[in-house]
Amino acid sequence: MTSSTTTRDAAPAGDEVRGALPRAARPRVRRTVARAVLVVLLVVAGTFLLDPYRNYLLALVGAYLCATAGLGLLVGRSGQLSLGHAALMAAGGYGYALTAGAAADLPDGLRTVLGLLVAVVVAAVVGLLVGLAGARLHGPYLAGLTLALVMALPAITTTVPGLGGDRGLTVPFQPVPDALDAVIALEQWQAWVVAVVAGVVVTALVLVDAGRTGVRQRAVRDDEVAAALAGVPVGRTKVVAFVLSAAAAGVGGALLCFVTQNVSPGAFTVSLSLLLLVGVVVGGVGRLAGAVVGAVLVVVLPWLVSLLTEALPLGAELARRLDGNLALLLFGVLLVVLTVLAPEGVAGAVSRRRAARRRAARRPGREAP
Amino acid sequence: MDRFVFLVGTGVARGVVLALFALSLVLIWRSTRIVNFAAGAMAVVCCYVALAVTTVTGSYWLGLLAAVACGALLGVGVERGVMRFASDRSPLSGVILAVGVVMILQALVGIVAGPQYRPVPTPFDDRALQVAGVPLLSPYDLFVVVVALALMGGLRLLFGRTTLGLQLRAAAFAPEVSRLLGVRVARMRTLGWVLASAVGGLAALLAVPGGLGLNPHATDALFVGAFAVAVIGGLDSPAGAVVGGLLVGVVLTLVTGYLGAGVAPVALLILLVVVLVVRPTGLFATVEARRV
Repeated sequence: MTSSTTTRDAAPAGDEVRGALPRAARPRVRRTVARAVLVVLLVVAGTFLLDPYRNYLLALVGAYLCATAGLGLLVGRSGQLSLGHAALMAAGGYGYALTAGAAADLPDGLRTVLGLLVAVVVAAVVGLLVGLAGARLHGPYLAGLTLALVMALPAITTTVPGLGGDRGLTVPFQPVPDALDAVIALEQWQAWVVAVVAGVVVTALVLVDAGRTGVRQRAVRDDEVAAALAGVPVGRTKVVAFVLSAAAAGVGGALLCFVTQNVSPGAFTVSLSLLLLVGVVVGGVGRLAGAVVGAVLVVVLPWLVSLLTEALPLGAELARRLDGNLALLLFGVLLVVLTVLAPEGVAGAVSRRRAARRRAARRPGREAP
Repeated sequence: MDRFVFLVGTGVARGVVLALFALSLVLIWRSTRIVNFAAGAMAVVCCYVALAVTTVTGSYWLGLLAAVACGALLGVGVERGVMRFASDRSPLSGVILAVGVVMILQALVGIVAGPQYRPVPTPFDDRALQVAGVPLLSPYDLFVVVVALALMGGLRLLFGRTTLGLQLRAAAFAPEVSRLLGVRVARMRTLGWVLASAVGGLAALLAVPGGLGLNPHATDALFVGAFAVAVIGGLDSPAGAVVGGLLVGVVLTLVTGYLGAGVAPVALLILLVVVLVVRPTGLFATVEARRV
């Protein structure tokens, strides 16, 4: 977000503008896709090492990864802040649940794909509406608007007919395909599906970010007036960033619904929105590694805290109070401390240290005549 | 018709509190260019302190004083401890820090007090008085309106008529020049936070009995409402906050009365979107100089 990161980001990206010519761009696309396929295959292989519950947690991480990657892109690249990504996830989740409910006759695989597509469309449309209202505004306004959106979510689900009110919607059970039924458990199958879908979403985001759209977003983030003078349509660029981010969050919500077979307003609260933001900031704003760190933290830290509160000899009442709140407290402290001390987040600090070490290692050789 | 009059009356009382809370956002925005997203969480802490003091001493008025004192202390703590580190270059860092404060405060309240709703006592009857056979305002609503108006008048006097108010305004609008002229800008910023969060704590204490009662998230909706008010009025304009507060209060009460309480947040969202699309700088904001 500072000017120093700008020059670093923009330097290679400047080549990418010329590289937007199809032929020169192809190797980069191919490289990114190959890397994504490799990572997804590794994750799929890794699921064999995990027990069902940890596979379930892994699937949750994948679902939240879509949301944190989208939010990270929005905050880090376009400089817009959303406190309402939980509501956009909910939009995707409800889109998925309604489609899966309506298309109960279709075969399982087709129904899932259709549900995911509808989830993307629904979340993108909601994102478009919010983005249009927020595009002319600076940071705090959009943050407040999206906060109002996520606060209104329970009211929306009770007022709009067909959304099931507080209890939400249940999605038909999706069993493991027959061919694999003997080999893997349900949780493992779900982790596979989530890994593949999250891989597609993250790869798409990375490719967009490396291309012309990404360059425009960074230009708008750093100086709107300069970007406008250079011919970048400022408003449209901001809206596009928000829609992309919303679509990614929508897929995350749909995956969450696919894994838990349920979507309800209670799962998409203000707290989740704030947690996603913490994940993004703690991991490192605008970095893919940061989004991964953030998604893992959002799933694993509350789990660790509940393990801790169960292990300690506390009264039932105190343990219950600590259960949800201790994780929240830790996240809040992390958020404040990191924003003050290491604005680039964990991933940023690590890569900076690595770069410094590399420079230090190179220096003696370079100074020799 | 009776119902309409009653709802408008209640709406005015609610709107005045919203306006007061929005004023606390406007105060901080004017002095530091930060929207205090932690205002709701800071205010809920004040309410819990007030409730504890009232329960121990049996006096509502000591509780009220405690809420104001707690707000002032929190203002100092949050400004000196956290918000001072917000970067000037990025408007997002202020929001992110405030979100961190929200999480910390709400988690602490949740751990100390638990998630259940607690009833908050009122010093006056909160059943509506009959005026010419029509139920209008309750004595408690009247009390709220009087306190809020007195506070707003006091703030106006402070900022318009006193040397301290002049220093506060100078530090907010021209920090460099004020520093050269001997105004302690950092101290003025802290003072702005103290004033704002004391006002916020008081406003929340006045607002909470109208809802379900006190719980760690009791002021979330109040904050979003006040944010909407501040945006509608223009974040820079105290007068806009008052008018916006009355508007939003009456609209929300009418929606709640005729369509049900569940619709109110949706109505607020729609109102906010419409205002942001039609007039993003708010109804009363002065034109911002174009930064080129």
